[in-house]
Amino acid sequence: MTVPSFSVPSRDVSPGGSALSLRGLVKSFGGKPAVNGISLEVPAGSFYGLVGPNGAGKTTTLSMATGLLRPDAGTAIVLGVDVWSDPLAAKRLMGVLPDGVRLFDRLSGEQLITYSGLLHGLDRRTAAQRTADLLAAFDLAADARTLVVDYSAGMTKKIALAASLVHAPRLLVLDEPFESVDPVSAANIRSILADYVRSGGTVIVSSHVMDLVQRMCDHVAVVAQGRLLAAGTVDEVRAGSTLEDRFVELVGGHGPTEGLSWLHT
Amino acid sequence: MVAHLIRLKLVLLRNGLRRSVGQLVGLIVASLYGLGILLLAVTGLIVLRAVDAQIAETVVVLGGSALLVGWGLTPILLSGVDLTLDPARFAPFPIPLPRLLAGQAIAGLIGVPGVCTTIALAATLVTWSRGPGVFAVAVLGALLALGLCVVVSRLVASALTDLASSRRFREASRIVVMVPLVLLGPIIALAARGIEMNAAALRSLAGVLSWTPLGAAFSAPAAAAEGDALGALAKLVIAAASLSLAAWGWSRALARALVTPASRAASGGRATARRGIGAFGWMPATPWGAIAARSLTYWIRDPRYAAALIIVPLLPVILYFSSVQRHNSEMFLLSGPLAAFMLAWSLASDISYDSTAFALHLSAGVRGRYDRRGRALALLTFAVPAAVVITLVPFLVSGRWALLPAYLGLVFGVLLSGVGLASVVSSRFVVAVPLPGESPFKRPPGNTAQTILVQLGGLVALGILVLPEIVLVALATGTGAGFGWAALLVGLVLGATLALLGMWLGGKLLDRRGPEVYAALTKAG
Repeated sequence: MTVPSFSVPSRDVSPGGSALSLRGLVKSFGGKPAVNGISLEVPAGSFYGLVGPNGAGKTTTLSMATGLLRPDAGTAIVLGVDVWSDPLAAKRLMGVLPDGVRLFDRLSGEQLITYSGLLHGLDRRTAAQRTADLLAAFDLAADARTLVVDYSAGMTKKIALAASLVHAPRLLVLDEPFESVDPVSAANIRSILADYVRSGGTVIVSSHVMDLVQRMCDHVAVVAQGRLLAAGTVDEVRAGSTLEDRFVELVGGHGPTEGLSWLHT
Repeated sequence: MVAHLIRLKLVLLRNGLRRSVGQLVGLIVASLYGLGILLLAVTGLIVLRAVDAQIAETVVVLGGSALLVGWGLTPILLSGVDLTLDPARFAPFPIPLPRLLAGQAIAGLIGVPGVCTTIALAATLVTWSRGPGVFAVAVLGALLALGLCVVVSRLVASALTDLASSRRFREASRIVVMVPLVLLGPIIALAARGIEMNAAALRSLAGVLSWTPLGAAFSAPAAAAEGDALGALAKLVIAAASLSLAAWGWSRALARALVTPASRAASGGRATARRGIGAFGWMPATPWGAIAARSLTYWIRDPRYAAALIIVPLLPVILYFSSVQRHNSEMFLLSGPLAAFMLAWSLASDISYDSTAFALHLSAGVRGRYDRRGRALALLTFAVPAAVVITLVPFLVSGRWALLPAYLGLVFGVLLSGVGLASVVSSRFVVAVPLPGESPFKRPPGNTAQTILVQLGGLVALGILVLPEIVLVALATGTGAGFGWAALLVGLVLGATLALLGMWLGGKLLDRRGPEVYAALTKAG
């Protein structure tokens, strides 16, 4: 397993090493840079956390990695396949959970997973079998016939995650998979993801819950203002302190302030 | 509180305009439209000053009642349009109810409809400037009427907030309310014919309305002008009583809304009634089959699709009335081709209706041609029978069967060529449509100018594509039936060719520009 570094060598990294390889990704919206040259190696078989404050460029980076957003410059390579020159082949290898994106929520949960499976080219029997398995695994079997629009926020997240798993991808790209998910569902999702990694899959998740990343992931990258500040195994990045303290230190937040003295009762 | 709400509303209006030029253009167009109607109304009301009080009463009462009904219906059609006044937004703040009521009432008058209503009501004072007593009654009447407009609209909105927690009710009610509105044209035309026959009926209608909450405030000054002081007083009392009753109902509804904010109520109870995976079970198990199944499900379940097509089954009715009026039965025969156009063209906004859910197609790596084929297939499964049935209606009524093949040819030509054209257009342009879950009749924000251009351009392009069929129909109408069969053949063959060509071209475009289409959808919300 290669140890990722801040500056990625320009020569090709061996395809066996990286599940996802981002090189010099750049994207700006209306002249404002959102991602400013991010390079990242996600080793195959790793559980990779991408952390950063709001507006750091996490979603933009992951969108460019998954073929949803065309980068201004740079490349994204999934298991040796270039996302932007051979999108169809690259997308077959990936399961994607975008953040802040609508679902086809007039479908029932069962229909949505089936739809995702058929879109990925599964045959009817496989799609039906996997849909049933996923609904059971995510504890949604009782609500399988309910329209997704009537789901709670946590259930919606779970059904979206289930839909991204149905074609058995080798790399999972999850943008904020734990947002507005209750602790029970979060534990459920975590154990499914851990199982997936144990069986050889690779996961990259974005989050701003440091505690969760520290406990769950083996690798982490810190981004802020469109740049990569640190990357490596969790132990390397946190360098002795907790990930949260190290993160605040890297990003440069404020400490406790005296400003709200009137709030002290 | 009052001042705060008014300022909030003005700031929201200004910021909304600052966000996009398109919205500004929209407001200007709406204002010009409103201004035109207002100008007409004010001029009319001033002219009525010179008219006999009884005639003036009939006009003012009918117009005023219609205005009040309009205020009452607006919240149903445009739910969520006035976020400033959404009670749910005020639930977290400790604001005394009376102050919130006053603030909401006055803020409700800000905006194009509120200003126009105020000016029009002010103009009724000119109509009734027939002596100090009459004028005083007119002032009271106008104030009561203005209050009623605002309070009734707020009352309906608050009541809806309660009901709105049921998604099914909300969506169904909007569609149902739309049917009479679509038929308004024929109804007015029919009513106009009725008026020609007897104006007395209208006068008696106004007479009845003048004793109801709808018209009392408007007819009080007329009663005073005719010297009926007691009648004037009684009508003012009716208006005042209805105003206080409505205000009471509103304050109750608002108080309840403040402590029970509308939530995403689970209507899980009905879920068990839904069986299996629906269309996914019988459509081919391929990417395009799945897309067709999904689209078909949406045509049935998403009210935005139904709303776009609500006019289609009503077309024969509308065209029947206008053809009777103009003694021209050719117009009636156009029901089929017009319906075919609307059905086919609805495909042009299909991707826009997906909104960001389109991400699933993009990240699953669906080939553009499968996307196009699936959507077109879903539409054609019901559009072909629907168009044929609607085409038959005028022939059943008029019995001009000789022209049927020609018109069927035109219908198939329009439907199939339209599908081809729409397949190209919708993979190139994202148009402004209501977002998922929003009222289907809400004016969507976004690039309105491009939407209009796409619509017009599409209409012209389709006209050119079906020119052969149009010419053959004209020849069949003018000379003989031989051209009719030719039209049918051309419509089927040329239409099918153009449909396939359009899907192929649209698929290519979508393969190349998928991420750009998605970016445009993200921007629209």
